[in-house]
Amino acid sequence: MSENIRYLSLCGLLGYGYAPQSLENALEGRLDFIGVDAGSTDPGPYYLGSGKGFVKRLQVKRDLSLVMPAVKSRGIPLIIGSAGGSGAKPHVDGLLDILQEICHEQSISLKVAVIYSDLSPDFIRKAAAGHLAPCGGAPAFDPEAIDRLCHPVAQFGTGPMMEALRGGAEVIVAGRCCDTAIFAAYPILHGIPAGMALHAAKIAECGALCARPVGANDCLIVEMEHDSFTVEPPNPIRCCTPDSVAAHSLYEQPDPNCFYEPEGKIDLSECRFEALSDRKVRVSSSRLVPSEHPTTKLEGTILRGFRSITLAGLRDPAAIRHLDDIEKGVRQAVAESASFVKPEEYTLRFYRYGVDAVTGGHEIPGAPPREAALVIEAIAPSQEKADALVALARSKALHQGFPERKATAGNLAFPFSPSDFSGGEVYEFALYHLTDLKIGLTPEWRTLA
Amino acid sequence: MKLYDLAMVCRSKNAGPFQVTIDLMFTDEASYRQVLEAPCFTPETIGGLYQVPAESVAIKRFDRILTIKVVLPRRVPSGSPGDSDVYGSQQHFPLGDLEI
Repeated sequence: MSENIRYLSLCGLLGYGYAPQSLENALEGRLDFIGVDAGSTDPGPYYLGSGKGFVKRLQVKRDLSLVMPAVKSRGIPLIIGSAGGSGAKPHVDGLLDILQEICHEQSISLKVAVIYSDLSPDFIRKAAAGHLAPCGGAPAFDPEAIDRLCHPVAQFGTGPMMEALRGGAEVIVAGRCCDTAIFAAYPILHGIPAGMALHAAKIAECGALCARPVGANDCLIVEMEHDSFTVEPPNPIRCCTPDSVAAHSLYEQPDPNCFYEPEGKIDLSECRFEALSDRKVRVSSSRLVPSEHPTTKLEGTILRGFRSITLAGLRDPAAIRHLDDIEKGVRQAVAESASFVKPEEYTLRFYRYGVDAVTGGHEIPGAPPREAALVIEAIAPSQEKADALVALARSKALHQGFPERKATAGNLAFPFSPSDFSGGEVYEFALYHLTDLKIGLTPEWRTLA
Repeated sequence: MKLYDLAMVCRSKNAGPFQVTIDLMFTDEASYRQVLEAPCFTPETIGGLYQVPAESVAIKRFDRILTIKVVLPRRVPSGSPGDSDVYGSQQHFPLGDLEI
């Protein structure tokens, strides 16, 4: 058993930013490693599907540039998980490119462990033959999707991360991984019980989101002992309280009393939260129930088409009252004119903001609003077709007649010229399943200079 | 009183792309119990509000911090064609309007 371990979670998501002073304050004490989560499925399937990041390159570069001198000069390993937002090869390579640029600018070299988590079509085929179970309410896997998957990845746990640490990585750039793997690998490797390490990691991955005021864009310090850990924000404007930390266990989780990781179930039902000061909380009695049959979550998306939208406002009360009639007329007119696309190949949707766009049509209708916004969306097999469908729908909607119409010059207030926007590819999650197959992911070693 | 007015925190968020969780946090135990024991606070009512089957609705309690968690399936997965709320962060209604 080693001495206690002290680490820093840089921020809730790489690129969201953090206060430079928070990092400086944290560096006043010893740090065994710095971790940062760079990914999430929250922004939807587009980013995994397209290979693009939902955080911009300049944001990521800022957050990394600021911490790199400490990483290099003080020898504090930096662990970046789910690089590039979704952790597939284009995302990981994009992050390596940024790191390379920083190395050049700061005249440093880095020993980097890269852990790709992309899955081969052969692996997917093998998994689809009886080794996939739906995760988190996903439907059963459709074998039709096998050859259409864009960037399928495995969300790996602490194993490959520990291997990279053992190999002496100065920076670990991990593909899609569990948020907990970023922060739990080092403590587990140094003898901390996995239950405590994983629970601390679960809190740490969100940066100072467990503090008040909440700060996904700020740092959090975690100190681990054998049977407990403490959390404290290095930014003096924030504080952690037993309630704020306990409440965080609920966040984005279906069950407040436990959560699941590849290592097993982390049972929080006996867990205790106590204030050590007005800013620092000690957590104890979280435990791991190891899984008998370890599983790994796989993620993958398929392309569903291309999107185009137009956005307009309505103020005329009769037009707002008759949005149903307008929509009906537009759909009819588009069906008549859109000879360049088959009816079953496209969808047209009307999002009526102010009326029922957010929770859909299943709520009891409210009183008509004074103003409403209309977003018309087309999804079609090509961008050109989607753009043409929206342009058709937009011009029809502008001039569509309806009962009681007085404003016969036009129904819509377009805020912008051009009024229509090409939205690019539309994806959906087709793979969000657990597999019991072993996935032997290991680090590749690079030297960036 | 509406659930939204009774709760200190009433929020929703994705729990993965296929589920939404609604967190209801209370400042006092009386309100917390009032909601848990309300005859209308059932998977049947909530399923009806969101047009999902009652058996797919889970209600979980977290006594220590006076919090109730409701887990619902999404009718459209996050970001798929037809979704209206990619992060699921405005799906605490219509539940918030429930009269307790």
